[in-house]
Amino acid sequence: MRTTAAPALLAALALAFAAPAAAQMRISLGLQQEPTSLDPTSDATAAINVMLAQNVYESLTTVDSSGAVQPQLAESWEISDDGRTYTFNLVQGATFHDGSPFTADAVVFSFERARGEDSTNPRKATFQAIEEISKVDEHTVELTLGNPDAFFLFDIAQGPASILHPDTVESNASRPVGTGPFMFDAWTRGDRLRLVKNPDHRNAENVALEIVEYRFISDPAAASAALMAGELDAFPGFPAPELIAQFEADPRFTVINASTEGEVILALNNARAPFDTLEARRALSHAIDREEIIEGAMYGLATPIGSFYPPHGPAYVDLTGMYPHDPDMARQMFEEAGVLGDTLLLRVPPFPYATRSAEIVQAQLGAAGMDVRVENVEWGFWLEEVYTNKNFDMTIIAHTSPNDLSNFARGPDYFYGYDDAAFNDLWASIRTEVDDEARFALIREAQEYLADAAVHGFLFQLPALGVFREGVEGFWESQPILYTPLSEVTVR
Amino acid sequence: MNRHLTPNLILGAILVALVVGVAGLSLIWTPHDHALMNIRERFGAPSDVHWLGTDQLGRDIVSQLMVAARNSMTVALIAVLMGGSIGVALGLLASALGGWFEDLIMRVADIGFAFPALLFAIMLSAVFGPSLWVAVLAIAFINIPVFARVTRGAANVIWTRDYVAAARAAGQGRFAISRDHILPNVAAPVIVQATIEFAIAILAEAALSYLGLGAQPPSPSWGRMLSEAQTLMFMAPQLAIYPGLCIMAAVLGFSLLGDALRDLTDPRLTRSRQA
Repeated sequence: MRTTAAPALLAALALAFAAPAAAQMRISLGLQQEPTSLDPTSDATAAINVMLAQNVYESLTTVDSSGAVQPQLAESWEISDDGRTYTFNLVQGATFHDGSPFTADAVVFSFERARGEDSTNPRKATFQAIEEISKVDEHTVELTLGNPDAFFLFDIAQGPASILHPDTVESNASRPVGTGPFMFDAWTRGDRLRLVKNPDHRNAENVALEIVEYRFISDPAAASAALMAGELDAFPGFPAPELIAQFEADPRFTVINASTEGEVILALNNARAPFDTLEARRALSHAIDREEIIEGAMYGLATPIGSFYPPHGPAYVDLTGMYPHDPDMARQMFEEAGVLGDTLLLRVPPFPYATRSAEIVQAQLGAAGMDVRVENVEWGFWLEEVYTNKNFDMTIIAHTSPNDLSNFARGPDYFYGYDDAAFNDLWASIRTEVDDEARFALIREAQEYLADAAVHGFLFQLPALGVFREGVEGFWESQPILYTPLSEVTVR
Repeated sequence: MNRHLTPNLILGAILVALVVGVAGLSLIWTPHDHALMNIRERFGAPSDVHWLGTDQLGRDIVSQLMVAARNSMTVALIAVLMGGSIGVALGLLASALGGWFEDLIMRVADIGFAFPALLFAIMLSAVFGPSLWVAVLAIAFINIPVFARVTRGAANVIWTRDYVAAARAAGQGRFAISRDHILPNVAAPVIVQATIEFAIAILAEAALSYLGLGAQPPSPSWGRMLSEAQTLMFMAPQLAIYPGLCIMAAVLGFSLLGDALRDLTDPRLTRSRQA
């Protein structure tokens, strides 16, 4: 009797576990960066948008994989002839994950909060351009901009423009509540974050995934091992380019090298010596060798940039030849600027593209007579000391948002420490120019202006290297905006 | 053959001489500049120019290993000296004064034993920023209780000897006795302990550097070479194997030497060998 009981029990257990598992479609995704908050409207960390924008949170508009604006929580909209007044017709019957209905009040609340005095919204300027916003009826919102804005519909599709509910806004940092196709389930800090399908979503019947699990794995070797062992179904932002060849050669995996909006820059603190002078900044531009950095840090898997605009964009100008690599000339220029031999503090956030580039930048600047002290710091420390307190000479960071030339018009409080009235005017005219061709011409001018002022060391465009297990489908092959939407993803 | 020349002693001495020799040599000569990058010639195979090839940034591996050996030896030496001198002093003091003071010192040493060195290193690097000196301080700190305990144990035995009683009868003070009679007699176990601690310090330095808390780039270290080689295991396994072998050789050398020295100086073992 005892000898037969065990297999029978095992069979029953196996059945018990197998039945729900077969019916549930789940995906396990690797992520390199773990955010400290889950509220994209108050924290600029890219991982929040990668996980939650479009999945948990939704916005009035959305952007498709080609970069075109599409309706989302706003079914349709009308723009007045002067380009300043927008009337949004909202979808009816949408609900937040806590059951409360989505109405015009939530939109007005979210936008008012984002442009408010003590708002910490990463794209606060977008909302401060709104002169007036009002609820017309339960499902209609009208807003007026100070000036026409060519990027407005795109900007309000981004994560920082997510529509939140007034009742749950306070707890969004740890327990996000949105209107999206997935609901937040649990966040085990340092390990994983789980989403489950929202059965009440408008589009629920077309969403295949039931459970989404993000695993935070910062170490590339561990990430690679987890993929190989089948613990992960995909790693959309794979951090180790040197391992890509290995996955490309393996029939169990598909590799996607998507272009992104992420410009990687050797950001200079324009507000303090030595990089408060044009000479020193230009000297630095001559000292760095992009090709060597791309080869050394990215194993050749990135495109060099000479200014602050993605090479796949419609208004791109190639300015990579503006400051040819020349260590001797750089040394001479540093000497003329009176800073030769100075010690420069390079504080590097914990991302492989940054730490690896840093070592090469250190050697290249060393060859031009500068002493670089590399400090590898934690993400929280970076946000505090570099981004907020501006206590650095140089740092290496990818700016992953689209249309982020606006960063240079953020004034002296932004960590660039760059404040240039002429550029602010230029950016204002880019924003307000609604004619595409005319705007592209202005964007080209802006790229040239920034390259000429050598505001930063412009390095390369960050590739989104995604590794996907065979059978995982529906991920975007380009990244025109910082989303990784999962509603069309299927797993076989 | 001299019965003291055990295989342990010979092998240990050879390995130690090799590692220390290479570290010393790197002060005046390395085949190349260890920090010189040549990215177009990375992952180079061993050749006449680069004896063990080049790493992921095209730097000469031999030169890096040599400078890393120097860094490792420097950290271990300073850390063991610092930890050792403070520990020995505390041990002697505890033994000389006895009573509640001895208890206090030993209980504090117990707490020191229980305190994880890594945590201490992370704390230090949070305050001062990561550097080689953080590694030195952290390793020195974990050495203090080890030496305090060894010294006090040995010293307590010496204090019961007749010649110490004679010195006391002659009116010598406790500190003078510690200096003239106790210290020379505890030297042997302390030196043995120092050799073993040296091996542990090398390993600790490698671990801290592996975590990015030790030597900062461009200054090479075996631990950091290992951590950088981690993702390249399938492409270029030699990048992990060379520093791994170096750590092994250094740690094994000092451990064997320490063991052999202990065997030589342990009176019980000496007696059994004579019997």
